[in-house]
Amino acid sequence: MVTTLHHILANSIVLLALKLGILLLLLPATLVVGYVELKVMAHMQHRLGPMYAGAYHGWAQTLADGLKFIQKEDIMAAATDRTVFSMVPYITMLGAALTFVVIPFSRHGVIANLDIGLFYALAVSSISVIGVLAAGWASANKYSLMGGLRAAAQLIAYELPLVLAAAAVAMQAGSLSLVSIAEAQRYVPFALWAQPLGFLIFLAAATAEVSRTPFDMPVAEAEIITGAFTEYSAMKFAFGLFAAEYIAMIGMSALAATLFLGGYVPLLPQLRFVPGPVWFLIKTGLLIFLLIWIRWTFPRLREDQLQKFAWKVLIPLSLVNIFVTGALKLAHWT
Amino acid sequence: MPKGYFGEYLTLAFFAGMMLLLVAGTLGLNKLVSPKVHRDEKYLTYECGVDPVGGGWSQTQIRYYLFGLLFVVFDVEAVFLFPWAVVFDKLGTAAFVEMVIFIGILALGLAYAWRKKVLEWL
Repeated sequence: MVTTLHHILANSIVLLALKLGILLLLLPATLVVGYVELKVMAHMQHRLGPMYAGAYHGWAQTLADGLKFIQKEDIMAAATDRTVFSMVPYITMLGAALTFVVIPFSRHGVIANLDIGLFYALAVSSISVIGVLAAGWASANKYSLMGGLRAAAQLIAYELPLVLAAAAVAMQAGSLSLVSIAEAQRYVPFALWAQPLGFLIFLAAATAEVSRTPFDMPVAEAEIITGAFTEYSAMKFAFGLFAAEYIAMIGMSALAATLFLGGYVPLLPQLRFVPGPVWFLIKTGLLIFLLIWIRWTFPRLREDQLQKFAWKVLIPLSLVNIFVTGALKLAHWT
Repeated sequence: MPKGYFGEYLTLAFFAGMMLLLVAGTLGLNKLVSPKVHRDEKYLTYECGVDPVGGGWSQTQIRYYLFGLLFVVFDVEAVFLFPWAVVFDKLGTAAFVEMVIFIGILALGLAYAWRKKVLEWL
């Protein structure tokens, strides 16, 4: 019965529509995460945060922000390179959203189960920096150019520990498919056993990849006015900066949850009755909360400190992590 | 719905297309409902409220030329690392030692750059 149902689903347009629906859930998810961030950061500073929009604790604040963006005039300064300027929202959105295509939220609930899912996710997540660099260039604005170059330098530095930490996970699981990686963590997540160091490296590098505090030099509001996106307005600004940043943050959290916390796999065999997507959402949500918490705990790193941290701490550590993983595996300890 | 190896990539292309359509649709809606009021000052490049001085495509000091080189070296290393990592279990000790030597040489390069003070962002 179940197999027949699965067969019908797998061979029909229904499944494609279902998958599209799941991908489109990203947009409300972005609004929810935006609202949660506003509220969490307010409470961490003993404020109330948004309280009016939607009457109940300002629940509709980010929705109202989104609608406002749609109504705003799209201003392009006369000096901008108009073609490149207009391409940027497409590039950043594509880079941020396409990661989700390979992330499993249950055993069979994955939009495209690529054999090289992990490799693909890492490759796609670095597309958005092309958008940021293009925005910095096309704006013909000194601050934007600086922001774009900072973003590129930061991506270069933090891409390596991210990829090397992920390579250690691939060694541990013996596969690049995200479903197999999650299955390899049945009841023992890698973050607790075998890859705790890799988890910390990945988390630090992922925070830098999505340019969040303490690694937010590319968008430092106080000095270069959101960097590459100074000249952007209306919906282009919303897509280029907000949507891309929040979707990228959800994407990185979902990826980290799958790689190190087991994704949809239950934490305890006794809790198997809780469905996979619930586990996936809990783990991803925890990591998103952690990222917000980090943002309101640490001050911004200076550009030279940021580079030093990547090249002199994270990259050597991630190389050591690969050696240790290999040695432990050969000794059959993990 | 396409199946198999290329099928998965077709699905991928389909979703990429849908994402682009979504952005195009929303930007189009933005164009439809937003006001259009022309004023010359609006189209000046923003520079904290004063008139911009010089061009926006000014020369910038590019400090990370050497960082870029190092990045390419390690990124290519990562590409070699992934296939090795996947079949690590089947290869055994010999492959591990080989990879230690390979990464060791690259790590030596990083140590050299470190010693030569290339990694200082100043």
